[in-house]
Amino acid sequence: MIMTARETSGPRTHLTVMPAIGRNLEGPRLMQMNAIRATLAAAILTLAAPFTLARAEGETIKIGAVLPLTGGIAAFGMESKDGIELAVEEINAAGGVLGKKVEVLVEDDKGDPADTTNAVSKLINTGKVVALLGSVASSCTLAGAPVANSAKVPMVTHNSTNDKVTQVGEFIFRTCFIDSFQGATSAYVAAKIIKAKTAALITDVNSDYSKGLGEAFVAKFKELGGTITSEVSYQQNDVNFSSQLTKLKGTPADVVFIPGYYTEVALILKQAKQLKIGSVFLGADGWDDPKLLELAAEAADGTYIVTHYSPDQKSPEVEKLLKAYQAKFKRDPAVTDALAYDSMYVMADALKRAGKVDSLALRDALAATKDLKGATGTITINMERNADKAAIVLKVEGGKMKFVESVKP
Amino acid sequence: MFELSNYHIQVLAFMGINIILAVSLNLINGFTGQFSLGHAGFMAIGAYTAAILTKACGWPFLAATLAGAMLAFLFGLLLGIPILRLKGDYLAIATFGLSEIVRVAIVNFDDVSMKLAGYVGMGDLWPKEITRGALGYPAIPEVKSLLWIYGWAFVTCLVLRNIVRSSEGRAISSIGEDELAAESLGINTARYKTLSFAIGAFFAGVAGALFAHWVTFIKADLFKIDKSIEILLMVVLGGMGSLSGSVLGAVVLTILPEYLRMFAQWRMVIYPVLLILLMLTRPEGLLGKRELSSVIAGLFTRARRSAAAAAT
Repeated sequence: MIMTARETSGPRTHLTVMPAIGRNLEGPRLMQMNAIRATLAAAILTLAAPFTLARAEGETIKIGAVLPLTGGIAAFGMESKDGIELAVEEINAAGGVLGKKVEVLVEDDKGDPADTTNAVSKLINTGKVVALLGSVASSCTLAGAPVANSAKVPMVTHNSTNDKVTQVGEFIFRTCFIDSFQGATSAYVAAKIIKAKTAALITDVNSDYSKGLGEAFVAKFKELGGTITSEVSYQQNDVNFSSQLTKLKGTPADVVFIPGYYTEVALILKQAKQLKIGSVFLGADGWDDPKLLELAAEAADGTYIVTHYSPDQKSPEVEKLLKAYQAKFKRDPAVTDALAYDSMYVMADALKRAGKVDSLALRDALAATKDLKGATGTITINMERNADKAAIVLKVEGGKMKFVESVKP
Repeated sequence: MFELSNYHIQVLAFMGINIILAVSLNLINGFTGQFSLGHAGFMAIGAYTAAILTKACGWPFLAATLAGAMLAFLFGLLLGIPILRLKGDYLAIATFGLSEIVRVAIVNFDDVSMKLAGYVGMGDLWPKEITRGALGYPAIPEVKSLLWIYGWAFVTCLVLRNIVRSSEGRAISSIGEDELAAESLGINTARYKTLSFAIGAFFAGVAGALFAHWVTFIKADLFKIDKSIEILLMVVLGGMGSLSGSVLGAVVLTILPEYLRMFAQWRMVIYPVLLILLMLTRPEGLLGKRELSSVIAGLFTRARRSAAAAAT
């Protein structure tokens, strides 16, 4: 259609305006552009088809999920998506909630705070969702939460541990623990389980997560009678940590706490082993990824990790999750998978208790969540709308993360 | 009937902010021909200054916006003088460095200022948290009004249009065409380059302030080179040296990622492919160096001519 319209109007313009040489050059180029346009339109139509047709029929309960499906932290977004999808399948297979099927509308946030506000707004206004799940990065949730809160739509994050997230307003909840709890628990583990008297810190200066954990660790460790020997820092994507580690070697500590993500941590552990630093290394949920063991290999042996979940913890919920993951995705669930899976169950449980599909009633029900058994522990939502639950301590031994104990100081 | 939902308002807000950013960067990159990658840095200065002034000091929004913009202007002026001696790639690297310095300064501001205050014996008086470093700056007073954003977008376009049309603007454009020739004509190139850099910075600061009070949460990471490149894309896509082109570029590049949401995780695959196709088919940008008004006028004359040709 476009082609023919252009072809008829083309020559007339050329005759009057374009010189003869221009016609020879311009003609084929126009055709080429039209061909590109036509292919593009066709591509968009074919790609769009499955997404618009995949709407579930009948009346459903719509829940939005804002996740980083693209960008730097897309891996966590995809894990979250899998966890939520699995939970929804199970819930719907068991008859749904309030006699209706649950439908989850997923929106990408690129791991970008500004994009999160758009995604949240779209789900609420265009998707007409009753509640929201997500997002992953704390900075994204902090930007998206005010939108949800002012629209009075409850938002439950499974992965944003920044203390400030739930302080945005009374519609914002989370099913994971917070940075200050995680930092304090790490200090408790250092003092009581590893029995350390002195500790050193290696933090990522640009990371809110690293900073939050580090501050809480220092406060709690001092309270428990320990002393901090030194604090050094790095930046995300650094590869050489020898200057920081040499400094640490000069002021030996029983424990070195590294609140960071596994990519840098693996390199730090390796380089620390080369420098023969004898301290016990300790980290938090940023370490909890199979890639850490791959990248650091035997350098990770003997380290401790404070996290949300362990597949070794023998509970019926964990076993059910492991089995379902192997059946559906042919892999073991990572910590983000388990957290996202649980958050969907928290939502379904609250919907049941709310008794109706209504954001306000759902908010009150979410706030009243008590002793819900999930794969990441027993979840109770406290007054600050955070999950009160125990942290899991893991120890790396022989290339495996082994469950040590579950602590709640 | 098409109903304007909060979602559409949200996208419109970012569109307005992007218009301010793109139009102001076009003055530097398009008209003056100085390749700057530092626009996000100026935006960060405006955003943080205004946010701190409204939240911690209780300033009214307009005053805080102007203060943030003025600070960005001063930065542009002071740093423009040494930086603009460079050309081409070197200038791009230096301006990128400039925006990185701003970002790192924001992240480390509290620690460093605390220590400095300690040295002069004011440690107890100095506030512990000013920029809150890597933690990000939350709970900024909300100013959710399209009127503010589009008011400023209008002011930006109007001011820049008048600058471009003034004799100073002609001087600036001549630098963009050929700096050496401009200099030999007696134009004080250093002065005009710095001026255009600082004016661009001023409006980037305004955009930052508007952004901070709309989103209510800012973080130094938001103003990385990615943001500068995003703005640059709008300018290049719209056409370097065309103000209405920048507006068009900002509109297209704000709507496009939203429109592509239906592709979920494929969104950021399709987006760059579309950009490449657009640049292949229109390497000079959507409008090139022309303004929308002249393009429309051109269409009319063309139609009239062809009508005349058909009549004869």
